[in-house]
Amino acid sequence: MVENKNIFEIRDFSIYYGEFLAVKNIKLDIRASRITAIIGPSGCGKSTLLRSLNRMNDLIISSRVEGTALFQGVDIYHKDADVIELRRRVGMVFQKPNPFPSSVYENVAYGPKIRGIKKKNQLDEIIENALVRADLWKEVKDKLNESGLSLSGGQMQRLCIARSLAQEPEVLLFDEPTSALDPISTANIENLLQELQKTVTIIIVTHNMQQAARISNFTAFMYLGELIEFADTDTIFVNPHNKLTEEYITGRFG
Amino acid sequence: MPIFDDELKNLREIVLKMGCMVENAIRDSVKALVERDSALAKEVIRRDHLINAIDVKIDEECVRLIALRQPKARDLRLITTTMKITTDLERMGDMAVNIAERAIELNEEPQLKPFVNIPKMAEAAQSMVRDSLDAFVTGCSRLPYEVIKRDDEVDQLTVRNFEELLSLMIQDPKIIPLAIKRTYIAKYLERIADHATNIAEMIIYMCRGKMIRHTEISEDLP
Repeated sequence: MVENKNIFEIRDFSIYYGEFLAVKNIKLDIRASRITAIIGPSGCGKSTLLRSLNRMNDLIISSRVEGTALFQGVDIYHKDADVIELRRRVGMVFQKPNPFPSSVYENVAYGPKIRGIKKKNQLDEIIENALVRADLWKEVKDKLNESGLSLSGGQMQRLCIARSLAQEPEVLLFDEPTSALDPISTANIENLLQELQKTVTIIIVTHNMQQAARISNFTAFMYLGELIEFADTDTIFVNPHNKLTEEYITGRFG
Repeated sequence: MPIFDDELKNLREIVLKMGCMVENAIRDSVKALVERDSALAKEVIRRDHLINAIDVKIDEECVRLIALRQPKARDLRLITTTMKITTDLERMGDMAVNIAERAIELNEEPQLKPFVNIPKMAEAAQSMVRDSLDAFVTGCSRLPYEVIKRDDEVDQLTVRNFEELLSLMIQDPKIIPLAIKRTYIAKYLERIADHATNIAEMIIYMCRGKMIRHTEISEDLP
């Protein structure tokens, strides 16, 4: 992976829900092979922005975007953009673990199968590899045929990460991935993200500021749809330049 | 976080209290010397444990706040600055004890000559302590920069004091033991001013998030 390369370049980017302007004219670069955290109070537009990066917000009928979001130099909102391919390359993991109601194996095999991989030994290899990368293999290797829903919360979330990794994404988007987990499962996921960062660019929306401080390289603070401050995480948490950022991270907002 | 705001307010107050105690120790140690008051010198030595105790108490409170409140940004800089400047204040208290000890020794002997430079140095050093702590409470201003500049004044007085004593020693070697003790005292005051400079530098960090220690101050003047 090339150092200092921006995998996303977002310019003059706005997102509307009907008449409501949810994300206002944002300029943001996402560095490849790094963890970027997006923080801000509820309703600030951070999840909307995150979802726009693999066009999940297309699913909301009233939503539309303005401006450009370049992924590897290509505009993901261009009329000829291949959305299915985009979502393979830019995966997403949600707040609540959401395995499919099928076996551990089938959960991870789903994406590769859709892509047309049918050979058992090839699938087996992809699945083992994805589960190893998601740090789940040791715990589930003897119960690959059991339901994904029988796992613990932390294991289910790692299963969802494995399911995304089986698609060999370049970016993983995380929307509050640990807010439904206990502190130990949270620590496991955080360690995992730092490990994955070596091969996958990570963008994480989190309400947990300590989490952003612990794991991210860069932090973006959003408020009322605007990007207020974007800097390396050290600067944001030690010496933020914007007063709003300072008030938010020191818990004196409003 | 109203509780945390109260805790930080209390923390600032207790640092100020420590600052007052140190300032008093410096003033009294020099007064004991100039007025040949050994009882006052003993009082300075006796009171030092109170400064040490408050130093420990402030450190404990800072550690507690870091653990429980997870301070960030200006709160974090306030707490880390507090931990550093109390170390400097505590050392200043020790220097005042050293001055008091030399005062007791010198008071046993006839006075060599009236003190001229040392009271001036003590006044400058005290004002540096006072102003740097004012800046700690009032926040960003030019005050800490002025404290740093005043350190040169104390350094010059130290040199002048030494040169004057040196010529006296050359004239009359019998006074060497007394003169050397006087140069010690000037050195202690010079060290106190250095600690006050450290405090002022940390206050600038606290306000602006920028470390200016070990840099040329002139580059940074706003």
